[in-house]
Amino acid sequence: MAANLAVTTHIRLAVTARIALAVFGGYGLAGLFTAALALALPMGRADAASTATLLSFAVYAAAVLWTFGARRFAIAALGLLLPAVVLGGLVWTLHGGAG
Amino acid sequence: MKATFRQSMAWLHAWSGLVVGWVLFAVFLTGTLSYYRTEISQWMRPELHAGHAVDVPIAAERAVDALHERAPDARAWFMTLPTAETPATRIVWRTGPGAPFSVVLLDPATGTALTARDTRGGDFLYRFHYELHLPLLWGRWIVGGCAMVMLIALLSGIVTHRRIFVDLFTFRPKKAPQRAWLDAHNVTGVLALPFHLMITYTGLVTLMLLYMPWGVDAAYRGDRERYFQDRGQTIAARPPAHAPGTLAPLGPMIREAMRLTGSEATFIAIHNPRDARSTVVVTMDEPEGLAHLHPAVGFDGVTGSSLGTTMPASAATTVHGTLVGLHEAHFAPWPLRVLFFLSGLMGCAMVATGLVLWTVARLPKPNSAARMPLGHRLVHALNIGTVAGLPIAVACYFLANRLLPAEMPVRPEAEVQAFFAGWLLTVLLALFLAPARAWTVALTTAAAGFLAVPIVGGVTTDRHYLASLREGDTVFLAFDTVSFCVAVGFGFAAYALTSRRAAPQRLRKNALRVGIGSRSSI
Repeated sequence: MAANLAVTTHIRLAVTARIALAVFGGYGLAGLFTAALALALPMGRADAASTATLLSFAVYAAAVLWTFGARRFAIAALGLLLPAVVLGGLVWTLHGGAG
Repeated sequence: MKATFRQSMAWLHAWSGLVVGWVLFAVFLTGTLSYYRTEISQWMRPELHAGHAVDVPIAAERAVDALHERAPDARAWFMTLPTAETPATRIVWRTGPGAPFSVVLLDPATGTALTARDTRGGDFLYRFHYELHLPLLWGRWIVGGCAMVMLIALLSGIVTHRRIFVDLFTFRPKKAPQRAWLDAHNVTGVLALPFHLMITYTGLVTLMLLYMPWGVDAAYRGDRERYFQDRGQTIAARPPAHAPGTLAPLGPMIREAMRLTGSEATFIAIHNPRDARSTVVVTMDEPEGLAHLHPAVGFDGVTGSSLGTTMPASAATTVHGTLVGLHEAHFAPWPLRVLFFLSGLMGCAMVATGLVLWTVARLPKPNSAARMPLGHRLVHALNIGTVAGLPIAVACYFLANRLLPAEMPVRPEAEVQAFFAGWLLTVLLALFLAPARAWTVALTTAAAGFLAVPIVGGVTTDRHYLASLREGDTVFLAFDTVSFCVAVGFGFAAYALTSRRAAPQRLRKNALRVGIGSRSSI
């Protein structure tokens, strides 16, 4: 009985962690992707911003599927963190460099 | 999460679908009805007869006279110009930022207020489908979140179905109920899958700057006004001179705007109308094509000289406009619009069968003493309250339009209250009755409601079915016919459910034979 309860708690925690990672991590990654692309795309400023925003929901969806599909939580988190760091660096460089 | 990617996706599909299913059903249903927003508004204002020729410049002049009289201090006046289908000029103003908008319908020829009953018409259903009648931006965020989950549910649903093509041709209504519900879910989901993916993604795109402002904010450092200027699709109002001025006649401006754009004028905004530097922006109908991009022409309100037109859309703006246009389907002639409507209904059916499937897959074992857990009971009640409750709410909304006295104060709000009352009563009914019984009662109520709509509509006005037939009034004929067909559909569903319940033992036993429930047992 106690073991059963422990398993349930463990599963609940795991599921909650995944959901939190997917919702917030995925949104963060999609937001960074949108900002980076809006700054980096070689077209007019408005067009770059529009194009980046139009694509953002596909990136968010892909990030969520990745988070739930990955075998282990650590892999799921790493898969979001690595591109986020790269995109974050890009935003920081481009945004800072412009002014 | 699970042993394989496909199992993870199946789990994700079952649970994400359940969590947002109720909201999505409401959004899909009212959104689908919004394809006929204008026609619903016409039906809900039976005093207005379509088909009269309207003189748009004269209607605009009469509207300005009415606004001078009613709203001399407003900072901006807005008017939607009449068309042959909707022979009424709609004037809108508000006295200050954040103040509620005042709306009046005018006779296009005389400028006097129309005696048509006061109603929000199809606009309520349209606004509800992305705002849920909630204050501030709560509704938009909730609907956006649910749309995002819907996108995930669709994508994970595709991964889950290894036989997606075969499933399209598989429907086994005589098999075990769970199998039949699954087939129905697959058919409605897969058959209209391109529509579902399109409508979900484009729905997110219509409000994309609310949900994902980071691209524009990064590129423009938070100056969103500048972004809109750069896109060149809007004409900004000039700052006021704070000196009195007289508005020039609108007729010549409208004719000039039509000459410049080659399109019909549909909407006019007048900023700082009594100022020496007033701005008039004439917005035109969408030109032929998919994109939802309305050309507009700006004028100096005092001299009447042109301030310029919107720019030709760039590639990215055209793509954005086309995605929004696909969502709204303004471009669609009637056969295509019917197809959009049916696809939308299939979306409703997909969500509804998915919700029912969730509960059918978790029915208690026939010979076990286990009772249905409280959570499952609640899911049942919410399923009934949504899948049957929302159609009932829509029927109540239409019936209230015909039954409330025409002169009643705050009439539009009372109609909306009838909508929510119908919904709430169905949820309560579903909470207190046993699930099978509640389904029958709710479906029968929905059938009765939609049967009553054309009857009550005909008895309380002079625009009954025979009159519409005689006058060739397609909108009223179609509305009443569709309402009758919906009633027959619900009646059939209620009948099928009662005759199935006659053999509950067999049903329960068969429900267990399939093992799909096990994969979502976490």
